[in-house]
Amino acid sequence: MSSQVSVVDKREKSKVSSSSKEKVSRILNRYGMLFILIALIILMSILSPTFFTTGNLLNIVRQMSVVGIVAIGVTIVIITTGIDLSSGSVIALVSVAAASFAHPDTYPLIVPIAIGLGLGLLTGVINGTIISKAKIAPFIVTLGMMTAARGAALLITDGRPVGNLSDSFKFIGQGSVLGIPVPIIIFGVVGLISYILLNKTKFGKYVYAIGGNEQAAMIAGVNVDRYKIFVYGYAGLLSGVAGIILTSRISSGQPTAGVMYELDAIAAAVIGGTSLAGGIGAIGGTIIGALIIGVMNNGLDLLNVSPYWQQILKGVIITVAVFIDSRKNRKS
Amino acid sequence: MGQSFHQKINPIENGVKGMSRDYILEMLNITKEFPGVKALDNVQLKVKKGTVHALMGENGAGKSTLMKILIGIYTPDSGIIKFDGEELKFSSIKTALDKGISMIHQELSPIPNMTVAENIFLGREPSYGFTGWVKAKELEEKTRQLFEKLEIDIDPNAKMADLSIANTQMVEIAKAISYNSKLIIMDEPTSAITEKEVNHLFKIIRSLKKDGVSIIYITHKMDELSQITDEVTVLRDGKYVGTKPSTQITKDELIEMMVGRELNQIFNKKQVEIVEIKEVALSVKNLSKKSKFENVSFEVRKGEILGFAGLMGSGRTEVLESVFGITPPDSGEIYINGKKVNIRSTRDAIKYGMGLLTEDRKLTGLFLPLSVQDNMITVNINEYTKGGFLKQKKIHADCKTLSEQLAIKTPSLNQIIKYLSGGNQQKALIARWLLRDPDILFLDEPTRGIDVGAKSEIYNLIFDLAEKGKAIVVISSEMPEILGLSDRILVMHEGRKMGELSREEATQEKIMKLATGELSKV
Repeated sequence: MSSQVSVVDKREKSKVSSSSKEKVSRILNRYGMLFILIALIILMSILSPTFFTTGNLLNIVRQMSVVGIVAIGVTIVIITTGIDLSSGSVIALVSVAAASFAHPDTYPLIVPIAIGLGLGLLTGVINGTIISKAKIAPFIVTLGMMTAARGAALLITDGRPVGNLSDSFKFIGQGSVLGIPVPIIIFGVVGLISYILLNKTKFGKYVYAIGGNEQAAMIAGVNVDRYKIFVYGYAGLLSGVAGIILTSRISSGQPTAGVMYELDAIAAAVIGGTSLAGGIGAIGGTIIGALIIGVMNNGLDLLNVSPYWQQILKGVIITVAVFIDSRKNRKS
Repeated sequence: MGQSFHQKINPIENGVKGMSRDYILEMLNITKEFPGVKALDNVQLKVKKGTVHALMGENGAGKSTLMKILIGIYTPDSGIIKFDGEELKFSSIKTALDKGISMIHQELSPIPNMTVAENIFLGREPSYGFTGWVKAKELEEKTRQLFEKLEIDIDPNAKMADLSIANTQMVEIAKAISYNSKLIIMDEPTSAITEKEVNHLFKIIRSLKKDGVSIIYITHKMDELSQITDEVTVLRDGKYVGTKPSTQITKDELIEMMVGRELNQIFNKKQVEIVEIKEVALSVKNLSKKSKFENVSFEVRKGEILGFAGLMGSGRTEVLESVFGITPPDSGEIYINGKKVNIRSTRDAIKYGMGLLTEDRKLTGLFLPLSVQDNMITVNINEYTKGGFLKQKKIHADCKTLSEQLAIKTPSLNQIIKYLSGGNQQKALIARWLLRDPDILFLDEPTRGIDVGAKSEIYNLIFDLAEKGKAIVVISSEMPEILGLSDRILVMHEGRKMGELSREEATQEKIMKLATGELSKV
């Protein structure tokens, strides 16, 4: 072992002996948004007596679960340096399609669910296939899907909502198990599965690898095209899940449902620390991002702040979050 | 380092004698054409089993294209590849890796936010069946074992982004070896590491050879040839020049094979006996930028060519970019013609008479979808407008004169610049600055990726500019280039200036010693 390569060269030494100030900034970088969420919750609890009640807190999470589920899919897409603008329209398409098969005493519950999920998956796979095989920018491809899926949703129902849904279908969005609303349970399960996929499996490693350096991933023999199709397919599938929950909650299939949801989802991902430059992002961060938006919406509602002001505030928060994110990236 | 790296390969098999059994790899009559360029023309490469085969040639000679064909990134237009006795038709990189060919890529950066272990086993993580659940412990353990065998001391769980450049390169080397390949391509593996690591690498290579592994070794360094390689194949301008045993070839022969003419024919600088000392055009004092470079001082006189030498990542480009106002320095002073100036933006720098030809032509130089003419007028566009409108006639006339002077080969000035050869693109970018007529010109890797003929033209252009009294700073990673061009050479290492060498005292060896930090002259 005479010719050991020295690991710790000068630069790394200085890194090892980093000051406590750096440590603080590293913790802030990592958990900054969590602190902001906690601060928001404390602030809202002080300002409004009804805010910090079990009922209201469950309400917030239930309200955010639809966008939260979409945001998880979008996060994975963004980590690969992609984007998905089609989620909101896909929700609408899934909504009317699933609702059409969910009338009482027609088909078993599994049929509308399978159709909803299948349709979501299909749109995602189409996105992913065009993006990877035809090498067209994700922004353009998903913009096309956004327009086309909305059109398809309106076409199927001739622009009208689809009502009269079975009780079993409505249970998905409105029911509770052991006091916990079903949408929250689904949100939790989707979050857990996605966390495992992203952190424990090859799929996850390749998602980060493609986002970090697509060329290097390709050279290492990773089938980049196939994994991109998986990623967009998964995002589409989660839009399907979100579409079914939303339809069930509002008791009708709406061709105009989900407008702007894709942007809320992207906002949640970005607030949660996902870098639009790719390679960086985490499910936990995105869930926190979604909750920050949810707490803000709910708290400001309780405080009777006008919805117009709420939009302005949301805009400011998104921009500030991206600003923090870009500073973080510049440092590394 | 007694252990064998490759249990897979039976040493007895390597001793088997037979006609084609002697060669692990035969690439015959390989031709590859890109739009407008014949990158490879009937090239051959034959590598004997268990040997280290050097592949040499100037930038643009076709080495990397040939290797990209071998590992399946490009498909050749024609030609045969025989590997280990069977004919290969590579469809993907994965096939090449599975057949037993791996490569240490020179220009490819790793995935910064993943760990060392994840980077090494990317694409073949140990996992539980179809679930794809990665066995994290085993991944780490495998990396640890690999490093132990290679005597590399790096933490498998360190983030790639936190490693030094030398350690990053060692990880790339370990990665290529970890495939247990029969043939490993090493593309300039020593360009970013110090002598200590070079010796370590050579030890690894010798051990691999003993195990019957063959290596294609791409290098620019002449002395490595006799140290570690058995045979050398030389390419020039996409053509096969010849293959010779490394021990029987002299430096001069090799240069002649690579360049096709003698070196002093390329650098036909007029050797003026009495050097006229002219006034200082640019003086930089104690320039620092956090985690980029520290305390760098230098000056350039009118009519002088100052060379910046150093390894990749030594901070050369960053210093010039700082002086030029792209990333203003944290501290330090800049004087132009003796007057202190405050440069906070590229506009300031241009105003003070500076010009910068950037390192990466495509990324920071060219507007690829625009015409040659539009590319030329970018810097000077204000001089060509009147009341907000462009003076088309004057623009065309000036560009035409200049493009004739520089002999830019293009069907017309309206040609989209994307379709010009690298050399002509580079000339158009130099023309962009000449239209502005700066007093101080920074040239960052001015001949990267262009052919020998165009190189020689650009060298002559640089000499002409210096003769006209321009102060010129040239960054180059090619030793012959920096030695041939510069009146004085400044060498950097890890963000610090290690010393300056005059034209007379500069040799390849001295520069390398300074560049690797073994020696300091300051």
